[in-house]
Amino acid sequence: MVWFRKDKKPRQPLRQKLEIPADAWEKCEQCGHTDIREKFVRNLSVCPSCGYHRRIRAIEYVGILLDEGSVEEVEPDLRSADPLGFPDYPARLKKALGSAGDEDAILTVSGTLGETPVNLGVMDFAFMGGSMGSVVGEKIARLGQRSLERKYALVIISASGGARMQEGVLSLMQMAKAAAMLAQLSERRIPYVSILTNPTTGGVSASYAMLGDAIIAEPGAVIGFAGPRVIKQTLGQDLPEGFQTSEFLLDHGMVDCVVPRGELKRTVGQLLRHMSGQPAATGWAAS
Amino acid sequence: MGTSVALEFEKPIAELEKQIDELRKVAGDRQVEVDDEIVPLTRKLDALRAEIYRNLSPIQRVQVARHVRRPFTADYLRLCFTDFIELHGDRAFREDAAIVGGWARLDDETVMVIGHQRGRDTRENLKRNFGMPHPEGYRKALRLMKLAEKFQVPILTLIDTTGAWAGIGAEERGQSEAIARNLFEMSRLEVPIIATVIGEGGSGGALALGVADRVLMLENSVYSVISVEGCASILWKDGKSPEMREKAAKALRITAPDLLELRVIDDIVPEPPGGAHANHEEAAKALHVALLHHLEELRRLKPDKLVRRRREKFLRMGIFNE
Repeated sequence: MVWFRKDKKPRQPLRQKLEIPADAWEKCEQCGHTDIREKFVRNLSVCPSCGYHRRIRAIEYVGILLDEGSVEEVEPDLRSADPLGFPDYPARLKKALGSAGDEDAILTVSGTLGETPVNLGVMDFAFMGGSMGSVVGEKIARLGQRSLERKYALVIISASGGARMQEGVLSLMQMAKAAAMLAQLSERRIPYVSILTNPTTGGVSASYAMLGDAIIAEPGAVIGFAGPRVIKQTLGQDLPEGFQTSEFLLDHGMVDCVVPRGELKRTVGQLLRHMSGQPAATGWAAS
Repeated sequence: MGTSVALEFEKPIAELEKQIDELRKVAGDRQVEVDDEIVPLTRKLDALRAEIYRNLSPIQRVQVARHVRRPFTADYLRLCFTDFIELHGDRAFREDAAIVGGWARLDDETVMVIGHQRGRDTRENLKRNFGMPHPEGYRKALRLMKLAEKFQVPILTLIDTTGAWAGIGAEERGQSEAIARNLFEMSRLEVPIIATVIGEGGSGGALALGVADRVLMLENSVYSVISVEGCASILWKDGKSPEMREKAAKALRITAPDLLELRVIDDIVPEPPGGAHANHEEAAKALHVALLHHLEELRRLKPDKLVRRRREKFLRMGIFNE
């Protein structure tokens, strides 16, 4: 029974009225939420609706973590060679250099984080899937050496599918190389914070990514040694829901905390203060 | 040992061996009468073996490295060492039989031997998980290495694995962390470490026992960042066809001479003609000689120098342009 009738007025489509150009919109690939690009940008490429953390470039993380105007690039001149003469490697490198930039799969910088000096390495998935070859290993070793010399904390943000196959066993050895450097930092009590983003798998996960004095993961990142596809193939069965995500690793005791992108700077700053004996910026200890 | 499980390229060897065996059978007690035929055949067999093994392609080396009759860690423990006592468990979760380890004696010196252990038949392979460790295996290995350091005993590792196990439990219990931890700790242990690739050295699961003052490879062993099948499957979407596997084996540069040239390993241990599987005793003898030789050199270094040199060696690894 209808108690009263409401006449439906034809609705004006919002988009038409505002005349927003089509490319000003962004759609979240996880939940389908559509919003103006500006909102995604302000939210550091995290979906305003579901919180999905989109993959961002290395340079963007530098902007998120380090104080404006404090950043200086370290070792910008290292370039991948083709040590094995591997089929198609030079062509793939050339393509990556053209599309992703000169930094190879890691950008290394010095700067300050809330006024604390740090050396920061940020892997870039856009460069050949963030794969770790000789250049990545060498850049980490040199960044670590800088930390040793200046007693600056080290922060590495990982994003990698693993070792770079095209450099064969040399890329495998980069795992040992990075670990040997981190052992030196550890003995000198220089803090190292490892941040894991989507994805952190293979050789990178089994080296510096899992060796942090503190290990932080961004929400929803895939983290593990063997990739989910390989495991599924080996076992011939479906994987449990949420397997190998940041939250799964937190539950299994493999990371210290899961921290949204917007809170990374504050959290890393807090950890570094604790691990380098500095007073807290706020709170009772500072007064 | 014989070559009852002959590889494709070993067929001519197997045929000649069969011929010699038959002659012996026919001769029965009258050994002397067929010697005229057997002696040249035997000589021919030796030459054939040497010839075939001198010219092995990378993919053939992969087959030799994975040979089911190739000596495994347990065989070397029996043939190279005495007084072995196996130690089990990681003291945290469980025992992992894919890695074995314990005290042993090399000549008159106590050493800690740790190695991957594959199985020769299905039953043993199930127990050993085909020599593919779970995190517990690496953690047990680290426990034993620290034990060796405590008592100032050298560590000898034997590498023989396709790689880490791709399974749910292995991930849940943090195999990334377990491997990473071994790399970190091995770079700072204050006792000599010699790692030897005796069969297949597959990616992180191999490297977890591989950060050493001296890294040796048996002549026909291989050491790689990824299996040839995995590489072919990722890059060329075909991990099964012989052509693509051969291409990957060649491209990855996984043989002992390749790795020596890339300065990833320090020495090659010669294998008997026909490969280690043709003669376990000879293979063990060569390994024994190599281990003693390198141990003698390392023994002269003070702990801090030993560690510094080991680190410097790994920190130098890699080839790039500047």
